[in-house]
Amino acid sequence: MRRITLSVIAGAMAGTAALAGCSSGSTSSAAGGTSTSASASASASASSSAALSGSITVFAASSLKEAFTTIGQQFEAAHPGVKVTFSFGASSTLATQITSGAPADVFASASTKNMQEVVTAGDASNPVNFAKNVMEVAVPPANPGHVTSVNDLAKSSVKVALCQPKVPCGTVAAEVFANAKITVKPVTLQPDVKSVLTQVELGNVDAGMVYVTDVDAAGSKVKGVPIPDDVNASTEYPIATVTKSANMAAAQAFVAYVLSPDGQSVLSADKFEKP
Amino acid sequence: MAADLLGPPSRLSARDRARRASRGGGNPRSVPVPLLVPAVIAVAFLVLPLAGLVVRAPWGRLGPVLAGSDATAALWLSLWTATVSTGVSLVIGVPLAWVLARTSFPGQRLLRALVTLPLVLPPVVGGVALLLAFGRTGFVGRLLDDWFGLTIPFTPLAVVMAETFVAMPFLVITVEGALRSADQGFEEAAATLGATRMTVFRRVTVPLIAPSLGAGAVLCWARALGEFGATITFAGSFPGRTETMPIAVYYALENDPDAAIALSLVLLLVSVVVLVSLRDRWLRGGAVQ
Amino acid sequence: MTEAPGGGGGLAVDATVRRGGFSLSVAFEVPRGQVLGVLGPNGAGKTTLLRTLAGLTPVAEGRVVLGGQVVDDAADGTFLDAARRPAGYVFQDYRLFPHLTVADNLAFSPRARGLGKTAAKQAARHWLDRLGLADLAERKPAELSGGQAQRVALARALAGDPALLLLDEPLAALDARTRLDVQAELRQHLASFPGPCLLVTHDPLEALVLADRLLVLEDGRIVQDSTPAHVARQPATEYVAKLVGLNLYAGHADGATVTFDAGGAFTVPDHGCHGEVLVAVRPSSVVVSGEPPHATSARNVWAAEVTGLTMLADRVRLDLHGAPAALADVTPAAVSELSLAAGSRVWLSVKATDLEVYTRDHGQPQ
Repeated sequence: MRRITLSVIAGAMAGTAALAGCSSGSTSSAAGGTSTSASASASASASSSAALSGSITVFAASSLKEAFTTIGQQFEAAHPGVKVTFSFGASSTLATQITSGAPADVFASASTKNMQEVVTAGDASNPVNFAKNVMEVAVPPANPGHVTSVNDLAKSSVKVALCQPKVPCGTVAAEVFANAKITVKPVTLQPDVKSVLTQVELGNVDAGMVYVTDVDAAGSKVKGVPIPDDVNASTEYPIATVTKSANMAAAQAFVAYVLSPDGQSVLSADKFEKP
Repeated sequence: MAADLLGPPSRLSARDRARRASRGGGNPRSVPVPLLVPAVIAVAFLVLPLAGLVVRAPWGRLGPVLAGSDATAALWLSLWTATVSTGVSLVIGVPLAWVLARTSFPGQRLLRALVTLPLVLPPVVGGVALLLAFGRTGFVGRLLDDWFGLTIPFTPLAVVMAETFVAMPFLVITVEGALRSADQGFEEAAATLGATRMTVFRRVTVPLIAPSLGAGAVLCWARALGEFGATITFAGSFPGRTETMPIAVYYALENDPDAAIALSLVLLLVSVVVLVSLRDRWLRGGAVQ
Repeated sequence: MTEAPGGGGGLAVDATVRRGGFSLSVAFEVPRGQVLGVLGPNGAGKTTLLRTLAGLTPVAEGRVVLGGQVVDDAADGTFLDAARRPAGYVFQDYRLFPHLTVADNLAFSPRARGLGKTAAKQAARHWLDRLGLADLAERKPAELSGGQAQRVALARALAGDPALLLLDEPLAALDARTRLDVQAELRQHLASFPGPCLLVTHDPLEALVLADRLLVLEDGRIVQDSTPAHVARQPATEYVAKLVGLNLYAGHADGATVTFDAGGAFTVPDHGCHGEVLVAVRPSSVVVSGEPPHATSARNVWAAEVTGLTMLADRVRLDLHGAPAALADVTPAAVSELSLAAGSRVWLSVKATDLEVYTRDHGQPQ
């Protein structure tokens, strides 16, 4: 009886995965992972394929918006009984919310510092780095400030938008400027990287310091000016389950998915680097 | 027998009697229970969060915490921009309220709905809208940039504009209501005494609605002071120039909750002082000389 | 009265005014110095008339001429609105500006018409003194009594130096006692006002005491236009008869007795009146008897002869010739019982307590 049920589920999952049109054919391995795969992620889905249901809330840094939305869809397709909801924002804000008791199941941060705060507060454990991001200068398509390199940001005629210094993208940008030995006077310090991007998209500023992934996600709305590797700074993205999660099984499965080849390929398609 | 049906008599002390007599009947201290219970709930709902702020405040470290933050610059910026916004709202909002209340023309209802739109619009959306009009690439902002080299975003002017955008409707609505319900007999009398419409407006209409004008201005000021979404989108945030108190609190919350609480307390204290002193003056005895 | 009223500073009206479904059509003239009383039931158009003359409502047809200047002409479109028209209006509810002191209220019109602050203050001072309001100068309207407020309202209208004075039921808001006192004063002020003056009232006694001439309006039309005495004696309509049917006698009071100029004398309730007075008695208070009444409480009994009978809706009005002459209202049944007809000799009785006595100044026309 149980075997029949499992194979029916497996077949259904394979079918829906094919319909979802995922980039790699690896979802069938997830469905078939009940008996063959020996990896940690597989064992998680082994237990989950028997009982994964309910919903989970994932708190993720704004820069993960596009990638995680795709991952979320894929995850739901792979586990039809589970609903994934996201809350995107500045990692520092999210960290504060979690330590104040916000109902999250998973936390994906754009900086190890914010994750460390949550771990220290006892609200998360065993964070694993799953991606890395480097910065890029975003300019409006017409490039009104004639920005060709990051050094141009130091010019007083160029209006620059940055993240607030205590937010991960602000801290990393400061590192970049320190590396390049320039002083940049921004016209505004925004609460998170997406609002910096908005200012650039609307043409309100000449340049903004965002992540490579943000420039990619914005498509034709902004143009990117790459930052040389010797000057650039990066930030590691750790992910962890939240201690007080109400659906630990699904939370762990989600984390596993992010770390799995499927999740990783979504991230690299969005220009994230390997951790 | 009929007297029994009405219930037993109440007990009134001499002081109660004097109090009731001077007020012309009815007990000013008693509230019917069906009204009292919800009222108490309302008070609790409003007061408890504020009490939470006060209780959790870092009283011992208040000085150093505030000194280490952008408190002074942010507070000063918030106070003066809110005041200027209120001033602008008075200058352009009161005439608008007059037009809405005292004239009638096709499309007036639509105009009134448009005027109240900022009240229902999420402030950030308001900020984006302001950018689209007055930002560097906005249809008005572009002209200002080309002709005068003037860019509005990221300046204190932008803060004032954002605050005015969200707060002026409060003033317009209040004043329009007051004008509608005002007794126009006095204005007629003024006309028969030879006063032109502008003279009537200046010397009769406005003084007679002064209490509502004051209340509307206070509401407007308070709303402007607390504005966050529209200011951070349209004016951005930069300490000393465009970082208002609410933005400072929001940022502080991310790294130093104690600083956030301290800043909030300051904002709360300043607001309470101003509002209490103003409301008393405007609502006491009504009109201004 | 020989000068053309419109041209000599008087008022000439020949117009139709429409408000909602109501239409007011009047034609009359008021020479300088005349006080025209406008009487009529509710809805007759009295207030509409005043508002039109003040410039608060334009005419639909016809024109209004004041002091030789056309202020409103429907034919060629001329219209001088209230602010530009030199018409002073005393409202029934006074409408004193609550946020200004009495002095500032008075100074309002001079200032609005262009005088500087100091000149306006002087004008206000002048009128404060003239109407005996000097010690109320710094008070606010809310601190004034009814009588004081009425005087301030009048002073405020006069301070604007108007060419036309309009009063809408000026004494209606006062209690009976105050009304008597204010009436005499008002009479004086109106007499000294140089221009034409219109006074709306629904109180016939007020009209008779204050006005030189009466205009009776009913349903937006003039139904009678003549002196108060004539209107009282020969009412043109039922309404006028009922309202204005009043016996009004001018005479000289001496304690409890009033001797009439036209003959006869009455015992009146003793108010300690001395001097020129008016005595009023309503026709319905006059008792008609076929024989001299004996042992009666009525102090005033005299013989008279019926000279006319008028059938009103629910009563018969008798016109009686005697010392003094009188109008008396009786029921039709009484007429037949007493066999009253023109020429019948009867006895009239009036109780002293049914009499109202008013002081009057010299020159009160009757």
